[in-house]
Amino acid sequence: MSGYKIACDKLKELDAICEEFGDRPGELINILHRAQDRFGYLPEEVQRVIARRLGIPAAKVYGVVTFYSFFTMTPKGEHPVSVCMGTACYVRGAEKVLDEFRRLLKIDVGQTTADNKFSLSSLRCVGACGLAPVVMIGKKVYGQVVPDDVERILRELDGDRC
Amino acid sequence: MQILVCSGTGCNASSSRTIVERLREALRAAGLERDVEAIATGCFGFCEKGPVVKIIPDNTFYVQVAPEDAAEIVAEHIVGSRRVERLLYRDPKDGRRVSDSKHMDFYKKQLRVALRNCGFIDPENIDEYIARDGYAALARCLTERTPDDVIGEIERSGLRGRGGGGFPTGLKWKLTSRSRAGRKYVVCNADEGDPGAFMDRSIMEGDPHSIIEAMEICGYGIGADVGLVYIRAEYPLAVRRLRTAIAQAEACGLLGERVFGTEFSFRIEIRYGAGAFVCGEETALIRSMEGRRGEPTMKPPFPAEAGYLECPTNVNNVETLASVPVIITRGAEWFASIGTERSKGTKVFALAGKINNVGLIEVPMGTTLREVIYEIGGGIKNGKRFKAVQTGGPSGGCLTEKHLDTPIDFDNLVAAGSMMGSGGMIVMDEDDCMVAVAKFYLDFIVEESCGKCTPCRVGNKRLSEILEKITAGKASMDDLEQLRILSGVIKDTALCGLGQTSPNPVISTLEHFYDEYVAHVADKCCPAKRCKPLLTYYINPEICVGCTVCSRNCPADAVVGERKKPHVINPALCVRCGTCIEKCRFKAIGVK
Repeated sequence: MSGYKIACDKLKELDAICEEFGDRPGELINILHRAQDRFGYLPEEVQRVIARRLGIPAAKVYGVVTFYSFFTMTPKGEHPVSVCMGTACYVRGAEKVLDEFRRLLKIDVGQTTADNKFSLSSLRCVGACGLAPVVMIGKKVYGQVVPDDVERILRELDGDRC
Repeated sequence: MQILVCSGTGCNASSSRTIVERLREALRAAGLERDVEAIATGCFGFCEKGPVVKIIPDNTFYVQVAPEDAAEIVAEHIVGSRRVERLLYRDPKDGRRVSDSKHMDFYKKQLRVALRNCGFIDPENIDEYIARDGYAALARCLTERTPDDVIGEIERSGLRGRGGGGFPTGLKWKLTSRSRAGRKYVVCNADEGDPGAFMDRSIMEGDPHSIIEAMEICGYGIGADVGLVYIRAEYPLAVRRLRTAIAQAEACGLLGERVFGTEFSFRIEIRYGAGAFVCGEETALIRSMEGRRGEPTMKPPFPAEAGYLECPTNVNNVETLASVPVIITRGAEWFASIGTERSKGTKVFALAGKINNVGLIEVPMGTTLREVIYEIGGGIKNGKRFKAVQTGGPSGGCLTEKHLDTPIDFDNLVAAGSMMGSGGMIVMDEDDCMVAVAKFYLDFIVEESCGKCTPCRVGNKRLSEILEKITAGKASMDDLEQLRILSGVIKDTALCGLGQTSPNPVISTLEHFYDEYVAHVADKCCPAKRCKPLLTYYINPEICVGCTVCSRNCPADAVVGERKKPHVINPALCVRCGTCIEKCRFKAIGVK
């Protein structure tokens, strides 16, 4: 348990979150959602604190974190890019859009750029199929994206890029 | 007079919120804020041309409205009583502007039951729901009917589960009500996972109170006092509207202790999903709500006997629940009069893919695919040829031209080798390679398999590998046979509904598009020109003028040639990215 990435006083906030849910193991997923909201990701130490607090094995917490695609153990970039790979987006060319992000950011799906500005992921349908292909960056939804838009979008978010 | 502005996720992404604000500003400036209301409603269904604005009572339907148009709508339409022609929907058939929604082909054949309030009311205002008979069904159940009467009514209506399986809802309620005493739960399955389906999201965003009312009716029927909504974390707007609706219902005494002053009490809690497709399966969903990995369990015991925390649990999908209040108010006979022999009522479909009118529609069961795709959907995009429609999500199958006149209902779709699923309909045209589509779904399944049973975890991975070989041009005819055998084994032996139906995309494409598989395997070519390793790019020397645009843009330096002389592509270097085709102004480059 060396090399903490999150300061101890911040980890104390986890106690408050767990307490809010009555320290019930059944609320584990809700607790993890809140913890990820707070820290941006769920590193090992966060999982250990939650496990101890709820009185369940850390392995169980880890099992849940890795089961669900919404939870991540690596920090996301400042601008988390998610390309929708639902069927509607797929048949309207989402793959090419994703390839363009890969090419310009020089990272693969699941990775974060070295300067922590961008991370890239693909997600399941966001239910905005009328706008396919859809890209979500942070909370903003970009609709009907074509590969040629990607450079402009990235430059909008980070002037120095591309 | 009212101005309704669609604020579902799709239209919201294109700034419908700002449109509402601008409309209100313009109304205030014109001194009309007391007479005309600008309301943010749920989804109109016509997502293709969003953001959509509708004026009530004349039903004028404006499409692709921008915030800058707000002032003109108020000045022209509201003050001047003249329609803003340029914002009216243009019929793609004859190019004419259509004055109102009643004359749009998209709406003509629709019958809205589950979506009855979506796009008509402000989902964040309980009074508007009540004004449209909201909570009247609950009142009637609690004060005039016994729980058995309520279950009987739902049984007689013939309502079947809209989430995929099509299990009779009334029977499910009856089984749960007969289970041993003790605590029982009503669960609303809002873990809409099928890519390309967004009806549940639209209902929760557009009419959240209908779900609350239905859960209470179910709770009364089966004897439960707690309801749980299991909702995807990817749907923040739906979560927010549901929370608002729950708080409003509680404040009005329509939810909580002693509802309508009767002995009946009910509370609703929200549980979040965390991105796992398998959690749409009811036993996996229940495990997930208990804070565990969402792995399905063997049935029996069914949730009706031992579900959430081992208590009898009734799990219904959002769309199923949305139909419940209206069945109570209008009667089981009315509902049963709609639809086909064994599939009653209406079904919501999410039309997406290569179709002109992408959106959310609701039609009576028994409507044909042709009516849905060509009349409501407006046909195939860019005048291309229809190839297939994928129904039922990753567990469903592809239907082809020969199925176009089949009436859509639960049993006909299964007989045709697909399934109803949650109602996603992805339309594909001649440019879509069916082998690649099957592979797309398989890859989805491989990623989403929970890993508990071997057929699904390992079998689907093997299927995906064979498909990879086929699309790379490295497969033999033996592989096709292997694909067929393995699909059958997975179907027969997987643990849960997800696993058993996972090879369906392969089975149905093998059946309907066997020629396409053979073309990949025997002729090493992809008829739809989608599978990159099987393509050859070439330059037609008679058209090429040697402008050098292609060679300058080629990322792999695969195009060579002298200026003003025809160029050639070196197939060994070509990465098949298609950049040259996009850049060539003379259409000199082809693919074979």
